[in-house]
Amino acid sequence: MNRIMNTILEVKNLTMDFGGLRALDHLDLNVVEGEITAIIGPNGAGKTTFFNCITGIYNPNEGEILSSPPGKKRKKINGLKPNHVTKKGIARTFQNIRLFSNMTVLENVMIGRHCRTSSGILGAILRGRSTIKEEKDVVDFSYNILKKTGISHLVNEFAKNLPYGAQRRLEIARAMATEPFLLLLDEPAAGMNPRETRELDELITRLRDEDNISILMIEHDMKLVMSLSDRIFVVDYGRKIAQGTPCDIINNPIVIKAYLGEDFDA
Amino acid sequence: MIKFQEIKKSFLVSLWFMFLTFPIMVIRVNPIEKIVEWRWKNMIIVGIGSFLLSFVWRYMLKKKEAGEKQAETDESGKTFLIHRILEERRFYIPLVTGLTIIAVAFPFIFSMYQTSIMTTALMYIVLGLGLNIVVGLAGLLDLGYVAFYAVGAYSYALLNHHFGLGFWSALPIGAVLGFIFGILLGFPVLRLRGDYLAIVTLGFGEIIRLVLENWNEFSFGPSGIANIDRPGFFGIQFSLQAATIYLYFLMIGLVIFTIVVVNRLQNSRIGRAWIALREDETACQAMGIDKTRTKLRAFALGATWAGMVGVIFVAKTTFINPASFTFLESAMILSIVVLGGMGSISGVIIGALILILLPEYLRAFSDYRMLIFGAIMVIMMVFRPQGIISNIRRTYKFNE
Repeated sequence: MNRIMNTILEVKNLTMDFGGLRALDHLDLNVVEGEITAIIGPNGAGKTTFFNCITGIYNPNEGEILSSPPGKKRKKINGLKPNHVTKKGIARTFQNIRLFSNMTVLENVMIGRHCRTSSGILGAILRGRSTIKEEKDVVDFSYNILKKTGISHLVNEFAKNLPYGAQRRLEIARAMATEPFLLLLDEPAAGMNPRETRELDELITRLRDEDNISILMIEHDMKLVMSLSDRIFVVDYGRKIAQGTPCDIINNPIVIKAYLGEDFDA
Repeated sequence: MIKFQEIKKSFLVSLWFMFLTFPIMVIRVNPIEKIVEWRWKNMIIVGIGSFLLSFVWRYMLKKKEAGEKQAETDESGKTFLIHRILEERRFYIPLVTGLTIIAVAFPFIFSMYQTSIMTTALMYIVLGLGLNIVVGLAGLLDLGYVAFYAVGAYSYALLNHHFGLGFWSALPIGAVLGFIFGILLGFPVLRLRGDYLAIVTLGFGEIIRLVLENWNEFSFGPSGIANIDRPGFFGIQFSLQAATIYLYFLMIGLVIFTIVVVNRLQNSRIGRAWIALREDETACQAMGIDKTRTKLRAFALGATWAGMVGVIFVAKTTFINPASFTFLESAMILSIVVLGGMGSISGVIIGALILILLPEYLRAFSDYRMLIFGAIMVIMMVFRPQGIISNIRRTYKFNE
C-alpha cells in the first residue's frame, strides 16, 4: 500500500478530572488517515471518557484535540458541542446501545442526515420542491447505507425490535449517515457471538477500504483487535502505557502486567 | 372455574368499597327533622356491585395481559383496525367524505347550544395538537401550556379594547406573540428535562396568570375585559346564531389547517429531530442535532397554536378574565394528549372530543357526572396506557 501518512486526529496532553478523580492523565494519541486504530485497556481505564472528550460530551480540563479532515485545515475541536463535532466529520457509536427505539430503522439512519441537510420549519410546512427533493435524497442515501451495513431488510422495523447484532450494526449505520472521515466505535463487538464478530470484522474493513473512513475503536475482544487494527494504544488509569502494532503490543511486558497483574511471569 | 382465592379477593374489594362509600352513600343528615338517616340498602348495593365488578375488572386485566403476550409473539400481523382504516384508501376516502358531510351539516341539524359545545371541542383539538408537538413529539412535559393560550387571548382582548383592532388582524398577531413567548419561556428551561421541566413550566403558567390577575392597569385584573368584538366577515354584522355558526366553520378550517401542518411537520426533518430528542437526548446530539434549536422550535411552534386558539376563544366568549387560564386548563389539554395517544394526530382528536363532549353530555347524570368522568379516565389509563390510538411511524417501500 502506498499511502501518505496523514495524521487526521491529534490529541495532546489530554487531562480530564471528575472532582478529585483523574480519569485521563496527559494522554497523547494520534490517528492516521486510512488506518484502524484501537484503544485497549482494563475496565475503568478511561477509554470511554476519552471518547466523550473527543466528541464534545465532556470538556477536558487540559490539553488539545486537533482534527484535520483530509484536504482541510487543522482545527482545535475541544470545547465544541457534540453536534458541532459531528458536523466536523467525527461520528461515534455508544458502548451501551443508544438507538432511537421508537423510530424505524430507516428513520434512525435519517436522523444521521440531519446535520447534512437544511430544510426548516417553513420548508416542512410548505413542502416545496427543494424540500421534497432533499427528503427523497435523505431516504435514498439512508437506504444505501442500510444496504452497505447489511440490514436493509429491516428498514421499517422499530429499532427496539431488532436483534442485538443488528442493533449494533444500526448504530454504525446511523453514524455513517453523518458522512464522517473518522468513526469512533465504542466496543462494537460487545455481546456478539463469534459469527457476528466475524461479520463485524468484515464490515469495519469494508468501511475503511471502500468508504475511506478511518476508524478509532475501543474493544475488549482481543482476537478482533489483533486482526483488525493497524495500531494499538493501551490505556491504564488514564495514562497511555504502550503503543504500537499488534505484534509489539502482544509481547509488551507492561501491557501484560496491566492486564494480568504484578505477579505474572511472562 | 372461579377459585376460592378470587372470591376472597373480590370480597375484600367489596368490603373496602363499602367502607369508602359509607359516609356518602349511607349516612344522610336530615336537617329539617334533625335526624340522621341510615340508608343501609345503599351499602348492600355498593357491596354487591363492587363484588361483581371486581370479577369483570380482573377478567379484563387478564385479557389485556394475554393480548400483550400475543402481540409479542406474532409481531408481523395484527395491526389495529383503526390503523388499517387510516392506511387503506378504500376505507379512508369514505371515512373522510362521511366526516366532511357531518361536519358541514352539524350546525344546521343541531341547536345553537350543540354547535357552541362542538366549537369548544374543536378549539381543544387544536390546543391538543399544539401541545402534542411539545409533549408528544419532542417529549418535553409542559404543564404551563395555558400561559401561551392566555397570551393569545389577552393580545386580542387588549388590542381590541384599546385600538379597536379586528379579529382577522389579531389572529396572526396572537400567533406571532405566542411564538415569541414560546421562545422567551423556552430559553430558561432548555437545560431541564423530565420532572424539573414540568415544575418550571408549571411555575411559568402560574406567573402569567398571576400577572394578569394583579396588574390592574394592564389587564384590568380579575374583573377582566368585556364587550370584545366577534369575528367579522368583510364588515357584515352577524346575528348571535349566525356568529356561532360562523365561528364553528372558522374552527373547522383551523382544525384542518392544523392537521395538515402538524402532519407535515411530523414527517419532516424537524419532526424526526423532535422524536429523536424525545428518545435519547445524548445520542441525538451526537448525531449532529442542535439540541437548543430543536427544543426552542418545539416550544415556539406549540405556543403558536395556543396563541391562535386564544384569540378565537376571546372572539367566542367576548369576555375574558384570568380565571379562564388556570392550571386545570393546562391539565385538561395535557390529558387530551395523553389519553388520545402521544404523538398521534387522530388520537388527540378523539381524545379532545371525548374529554370535552363527555362532561357536557353526562349532564343528564348530574351528580355523578364528574365521578363517571374520572372513572373513565382511570379505566382508560389502566387498559390503554399508550392512549386510544398509538402513534404509527411512516413506512417506506423500496424496489430492489
